[in-house]
Amino acid sequence: MPTTEAWPGVLAAAPRLTWDLGRDVHLLLQYPFMRNAFVAGAVAGVMCGVIGWFAVLRGETYAAHTLANVAFPGASGAVYLGLAPLAGYFGFAVAGAGLIAWLSPPRPGARERHSATVGAIQALALALGFWFVSLYRGFLTSLSGFLFGSFLGVTRDDVAVLLITAIVALAVMAVIGRPLLFASVDPLVAEAAGVPVRAVSLAYLVLLGCAVAEASQFTGVLLVLALLVVPAATASALTARPSLGLALSVGLAVATVWAGLAAAYFTNRPVGFWVTSAGFVGYVLARGAAALRGRPRLRVAAA
Amino acid sequence: MTAVLATWAGPLSQDFFRRAFAAGTAAAIAAGLVGAFLVLRNQVFAGDALSHVAFTGGLGALAFGFAARTGVFTATVAVAILLAVLGGRALVNDVVTGVVFTWLLGLGVLFLSVFTSSRATGNGAGAVRVLFGSIFGIDAASAAQTAWIAAGVVAAMLVIARPLLFASIDPRVAEARGVPVRMLNVVFLVAAGVMVAQLVQVVGALLVLGLITTPAATAQRLTARPWRALAASVAIAVATVWAGLWLSYLSPSLPPSTAIIVTGCTTWLAVEASHRVRHGHRDGPVEIPAGA
Repeated sequence: MPTTEAWPGVLAAAPRLTWDLGRDVHLLLQYPFMRNAFVAGAVAGVMCGVIGWFAVLRGETYAAHTLANVAFPGASGAVYLGLAPLAGYFGFAVAGAGLIAWLSPPRPGARERHSATVGAIQALALALGFWFVSLYRGFLTSLSGFLFGSFLGVTRDDVAVLLITAIVALAVMAVIGRPLLFASVDPLVAEAAGVPVRAVSLAYLVLLGCAVAEASQFTGVLLVLALLVVPAATASALTARPSLGLALSVGLAVATVWAGLAAAYFTNRPVGFWVTSAGFVGYVLARGAAALRGRPRLRVAAA
Repeated sequence: MTAVLATWAGPLSQDFFRRAFAAGTAAAIAAGLVGAFLVLRNQVFAGDALSHVAFTGGLGALAFGFAARTGVFTATVAVAILLAVLGGRALVNDVVTGVVFTWLLGLGVLFLSVFTSSRATGNGAGAVRVLFGSIFGIDAASAAQTAWIAAGVVAAMLVIARPLLFASIDPRVAEARGVPVRMLNVVFLVAAGVMVAQLVQVVGALLVLGLITTPAATAQRLTARPWRALAASVAIAVATVWAGLWLSYLSPSLPPSTAIIVTGCTTWLAVEASHRVRHGHRDGPVEIPAGA
């Protein structure tokens, strides 16, 4: 039997999966930490499913990854200065979003040099984070959890903060959703029609930063794309219709997290592995189905 | 006078610094060249992903009892090919990169758990260090190896540079003229993968990202001419590594990778800011691209 590395000090051995579904679900939810993880996974999945769908549409996948990494100097800097890590996460994510928006090519639709800008900001952020860690040595011991997440240490307070973030983020998305969709699909026409394209883009990047900062507390900074990009990419491979795509993206995000949590619970292997694997299998199936049908996929920003 | 000389030339009398200097220079030349193409082709995320994939490869090899090196090279080259194939006509698509990259990191986590649970003393710290390897800790053998691999990658890049440049700037016209655009993409990404695999092991993923992005981004702002931009990117990368190494030597609390990246980013931001001051940065009327 492997050690209980995935379940810090809670379980002596992995529970066995049986054919009795009711008993399995009961086993799955018997501990409060698992109930919290399921609730957190659902809330994070809904928030990331919506915001991530736009990230895929706009080709901001790399920006999402970078904003997750920007949380690293945020958290380590906050710990070094004696502040709450959460303040560092949000402060740096919002600042990073602003910096990306400011340094990106001004004209809507001009994507060249965008990935260089984003990559350079990420390098700077990681370098600073590494410096803070070397100044304050204690943080390094939890670096692995920071990178790959600890879905299972979620407390009720964490869930409350996550819920508030998600509600605010989704409310803002409801307000800017329509102009953002217009600006993402056709920035030139949107601008001509009076949509404040740059303001909407900035608002979106800030939202993306907040969502990533919040979700990466559970998934770890490296695996946040499993909630943000993989379900959305799968949904976009299946349908080009925005409403259906958003719904699918949210559904897939919640389903992959729940499936990953359950699989991790019964196999005693890391949640991150199961969540990403479930998402990847779904993506490959969706791409295969799309190729078989031969329908054009939604591919606006990838050109 | 001798005191000043000792400050500037002093570090070169130390073995660890000489090795860092040699390996860093070789790394900078290769990364500056490959990075310039990654930036030109909008494939920075792919380069970044390859550096993280090295982590999965290394851990996977350790988990199954192979040498970490083997795993690192196998994984990066395999993923380079996978990204090129899945990217389709877009060559490399950031969404595909994001999906593949996330899954491979998930696999890395699995390997980490297999590795740490299969031996009682194992803790993930050594594996996590893969992401932040230190340029000041290189031994003579890996410095020489880095130099040879960098030389090979540079040679390969010089061979394909001309058609690759054509294919990067205007893939459609290049394809119409008979340039094997997709094949070049595979060759380029494999070369990038080999370079990244070596550099990750000696200087860490963090510094690899810094060396492929900032010099190339700076060079692109300095000149619009592609060949000059390539040369400038290499020169800036080398200068940045030298400056960073010295800075870090002079102030030991500053890790060398941080010093190099902060130097590179400062240069880039300064060039970017001066570009904006000179050329203005107003939205103005929207330019309709030709052919739209």
